[in-house]
Amino acid sequence: MSSSRISIRKEQRPPKLIDEEGRRVDGRRPDELRPVKIEVGVLKNADGSAYIELGRNKIIAAVYGPKELHPKHLALPDRAVLYCRYHMVPFSVMERKSPAPSRREIELSKVIREALEPALFLEYFPRTEIDLFIEVLQADGGTRTAGITAASVALADAGIPMRDLVAAIAVGKVEGQIVLDLCDIEDKYGEGDMPVAMMPSLGQITLLQADGVYTPEEVKKALELAKKGIMKIYEVQREALKKKYIELKKEVEEEYGKK
Amino acid sequence: MARSEEIISSLDRSKIISLLRKGIRLDERRLTEVRPITVETGVIQKAEGSAIVKLGNTISIAGVKAEIGTPFSDTPNEGVLIVNAEFLPLASPSFEPGPPDENAIEVARVIDRGIRSSQAISLEDLAIIPGKRVWVIYVDVYVLNHDGNMIDCSSLATIAALLNAKVPKVKVVGENNVEVLDEWVPLPVRDRPVSVTIAKINDTLIVDPSLEEEKIMDCRLTLTVNEKGQICAIQKGIGGSLTLDEIYKAIDIAEEVAKGIRDALPPLPDLKDVVWVVKEEAKEKLESEAEDSGG
Repeated sequence: MSSSRISIRKEQRPPKLIDEEGRRVDGRRPDELRPVKIEVGVLKNADGSAYIELGRNKIIAAVYGPKELHPKHLALPDRAVLYCRYHMVPFSVMERKSPAPSRREIELSKVIREALEPALFLEYFPRTEIDLFIEVLQADGGTRTAGITAASVALADAGIPMRDLVAAIAVGKVEGQIVLDLCDIEDKYGEGDMPVAMMPSLGQITLLQADGVYTPEEVKKALELAKKGIMKIYEVQREALKKKYIELKKEVEEEYGKK
Repeated sequence: MARSEEIISSLDRSKIISLLRKGIRLDERRLTEVRPITVETGVIQKAEGSAIVKLGNTISIAGVKAEIGTPFSDTPNEGVLIVNAEFLPLASPSFEPGPPDENAIEVARVIDRGIRSSQAISLEDLAIIPGKRVWVIYVDVYVLNHDGNMIDCSSLATIAALLNAKVPKVKVVGENNVEVLDEWVPLPVRDRPVSVTIAKINDTLIVDPSLEEEKIMDCRLTLTVNEKGQICAIQKGIGGSLTLDEIYKAIDIAEEVAKGIRDALPPLPDLKDVVWVVKEEAKEKLESEAEDSGG
């Protein structure tokens, strides 16, 4: 923002991002995830939807389709087109973000799409489009990975055939240490951020980005740590999907009585 | 991108794949061999710095323009660096005019990440009057001919242009004013990050994919390596996926290849004794010292 504006919300860099006892700014250990919660089928209009909270991140993902694609000349003869929009609402961050898509959001929409495409059997739906919308309602570091986690659950909820779910988490470097699941203060004042997405059962990485400086050994360590975190997220995703159908079963049983 | 241009005949596809199985590429390169690189700097006299880079038949031109502006309010003591990439319609039958699309934005942001992370340009170096006046450095990189691997070609052009860039020395007058002096000094470039793009085709990893190879690649991984051999930016691109072992192998390849690519770049500028900002008081002091010694 230009210097003519005065921000009313001030945050200060904590003197230490990891204290002597190895605790991070929010009290976590280096290899500890923030609390994560996923809900399935939160939007009635969408064919599939999911809501995720990861720490203070609050993100909602919705899927529409497969449906007819407009304009038609963009259709692919052998598979569906996946359209993805990652967007942050203006009040999701400390300083109001313009609602127009930023260069960052355009890049993230692309990498998120590319992280999910390998998991989808797009070839089952030629000449159609699948729309995926990710709205970040509150951002607290790691929104693209939390967005991917929610989006893959929403795609499963929409009944799109998938090879595997995609689970994602960011790792990074804080005070010279490789840590799991950066919060926004660590993202902002730490030395590096490395978002990773994976198809956990298949052991395939579908998103990998990084900023900051790492030795090759540190990259390996970070990826191993990311894999650990992803396995935990994967478990939460599967539980959330199961829960929806257990609840549905209960509703049906209540209405029609148990057989 | 027009889809017709992305289509490759299945004959070509199977030929490339069957050759790769034997460790041979269509253009007879080794799997980890980069196409010939030429770097020409200072090609645009009106730019503060410039470079044309050819990577095989892929050509990118980068220009640096500098101006004095105000810092962002959340980083008052840092200058501003803006990297923008555009794919010109003259570079390929599949490019169309218009603002940068997601592909061009991705290229610019990957280059930007490498420069920032490696501190090739440290933004603190660009402050003139902290909180008030800073250097704003724009690097615009244009692809002139697209024959595959625009990321590495454009990244090289960007670094080469920055290495070539010179800005005038400035004098701080009073509290807020800046006077531009006649003496030009190199931009404080302190590292030469090199990006290495590796394509995965049918479980084979190759370096510096050509256009034909890009058309059939399953996955792309760009690793940016700094002078110390550390990784300072990563970007996985297009669909597809990689195993952890493939990523580790790609890191080893990138480390190895980056050194050779870096040799094509101009050396780092000698920044010893270079002064970018002079203060008025200092000058007065010098004058008074001169008077003292004269008297």
